[in-house]
Amino acid sequence: MQLALFIIFGALAVLGALNLLFQRHPINSALSLVVVMISLAVLYWSLGAEFLAAAQVIVYSGAIMVFFVFVIMLLNAGEEERTHGSRAAYIVGIPGAGAIFSLLAFVFLSESHALGSSSIGGYLNHVTSNISEISTVLFTKLLLPFEVTSVLILVAILGAVVLARKEQ
Amino acid sequence: MIATQVPNSAYLILAAILFSIGVGAFLIKRNLITIFMSIELMLNAVNLTFVTFAHMWHQVSGQIFVFFVMVVAAAEAAVGLAIIIAIFRTRQTLNVDQIDLMKS
Amino acid sequence: MSHLTQFQTFLLLSILKVVVVLVITLTAVAYTVLLERKVLGRIQNRWGPTRTGPFGLLQPLADGIKLFLKEELIPLASEKPLFIIAPIIALACSLISISVVPFGQVTRVDGVDLFQIADLNIGLLVILGITSIGVYGIALSGWSSNNKFALLGSLRATSQMISYELALGLSLVGVVLRAQSLSLRDIVNSQSAHGMRSWNVFGGFQFVAFFIYLMAAYAETNRAPFDLPEAESELVAGYHTEYSSMKFAMFFMAEYANMLTVSCVATLLFLGGPSSPLGHLLPDDFGGPVLAAIFPVLWFVAKVLGFLLLYIWVRGTVPRFRYDQLMSFGWKFLLPVAMANILITSLVLALRG
Repeated sequence: MQLALFIIFGALAVLGALNLLFQRHPINSALSLVVVMISLAVLYWSLGAEFLAAAQVIVYSGAIMVFFVFVIMLLNAGEEERTHGSRAAYIVGIPGAGAIFSLLAFVFLSESHALGSSSIGGYLNHVTSNISEISTVLFTKLLLPFEVTSVLILVAILGAVVLARKEQ
Repeated sequence: MIATQVPNSAYLILAAILFSIGVGAFLIKRNLITIFMSIELMLNAVNLTFVTFAHMWHQVSGQIFVFFVMVVAAAEAAVGLAIIIAIFRTRQTLNVDQIDLMKS
Repeated sequence: MSHLTQFQTFLLLSILKVVVVLVITLTAVAYTVLLERKVLGRIQNRWGPTRTGPFGLLQPLADGIKLFLKEELIPLASEKPLFIIAPIIALACSLISISVVPFGQVTRVDGVDLFQIADLNIGLLVILGITSIGVYGIALSGWSSNNKFALLGSLRATSQMISYELALGLSLVGVVLRAQSLSLRDIVNSQSAHGMRSWNVFGGFQFVAFFIYLMAAYAETNRAPFDLPEAESELVAGYHTEYSSMKFAMFFMAEYANMLTVSCVATLLFLGGPSSPLGHLLPDDFGGPVLAAIFPVLWFVAKVLGFLLLYIWVRGTVPRFRYDQLMSFGWKFLLPVAMANILITSLVLALRG
């Protein structure tokens, strides 16, 4: 089960990310990012983080990406054009990204044994639930950071309203 | 049920792939909104490593990190897109090569 | 089924459940349309469809055949892939969320629960998540058809759905606080102690949340009195102006399937789901095991039907809101009231211990 879920949704995530890279129109990129996010939600779930899976779908693909799509629709953004800046970015970007990937992959593969492996646990069929565990930690030990983030969101909302408002 | 195991390093490598694609897209893309989206992709890749490590060590602190990352990403998206709308209103373009207000 | 392994039985029964639930839901969607036309007709002092079959009962079939046989029109200037995928997203999202709804009491055959496709411990969040994905269908349909009415309709619908999702989600928090679980089965079980008196609307003192949910749900499904996205006097037909034939039918079905889902969730969360309003007045094994399994399902269907009738009644009675009224109603009235409800509920629960 775990392997099947990993292969299907891992492949879906990578394909979505590549599609984001190759599509010229921003709305296609946004939709492929939604695919990546939903498949990551399934992977979170298979890793026993069901609350995060739901939060990923609701917050990321349901709120943030809808907002992106909304802005693309509102600004009627067209296809992007290739410029001389993008040629320079190709020369630097692809080897750079490749180098980052090679480094990370090397580290993970050489430590592969120490990292161990995971199989599907009881969390898919209701045996264990980590929601209460998360909320206990969040509302006792990390109460202050939690409250600070709520202030941060408030500031962000005000900032967004001020920035996006039309000048009179 | 068939019990199959997936090495944790596979999850981490998947995260690495997504992260590098995000880096590549960030550098190659010329549209402001798409660049912003590739930042979100990188954040998501990092979240996957957090969840994998949380699963590995049987601790919830990694998941709480992801929770905070999501909240901050939401705030960031709100402000960032507002800035993009403001830029579009003054410059009528989303191409990053033409948004060099500070330079000219 | 002794020669099958446990996994195979699970798989077979699950597929069977999915098929049966899908067929029943689609039939229910078709007949909800007929019910709406009939009841709305009576409200407006006319008959509604009567010609096709006895009492017009074959009308959904005739509508379906008509829509199937019509020509598919795709505007030349549209974004073709998105134009095609948008109704699919809308319909799929509205149908998927029914999979976590428990229709009856737990009845296990070979370890598989018959009346619920999947009992997830985050069932409520799954429904909210899938509803929020459904916004894409509407957003994309308006944008890809390259029509100003469609675009305006979809912009309206998207902002309306995002705004009311907040009030909708917050109104459910009180229920979750009382049940201490996000699993729909646990939420139902928390209300099944004393029949009607322990339902969340009455005994749980969640009636404020119930009314917030009701109004937010009307806006969420783009139904009257909040049907501005398809206000025909202003926007022709809103986001599905350019759609014809089966693609239009998919949007149509998605709207009614969303109505069904929303009614199911309201039933589960506030009206005790499949539990009987009489509580334990009747003995639990009344009429043998088969009848005892079927009675809860009948209660569930009756409650959902009540909600659907309420939907139709509201549509026949209340005039359409203006757009700024809609937005200020959602943000300035429903949201603060929902938050106050959460505050009071959690205070009461904390004081009670």
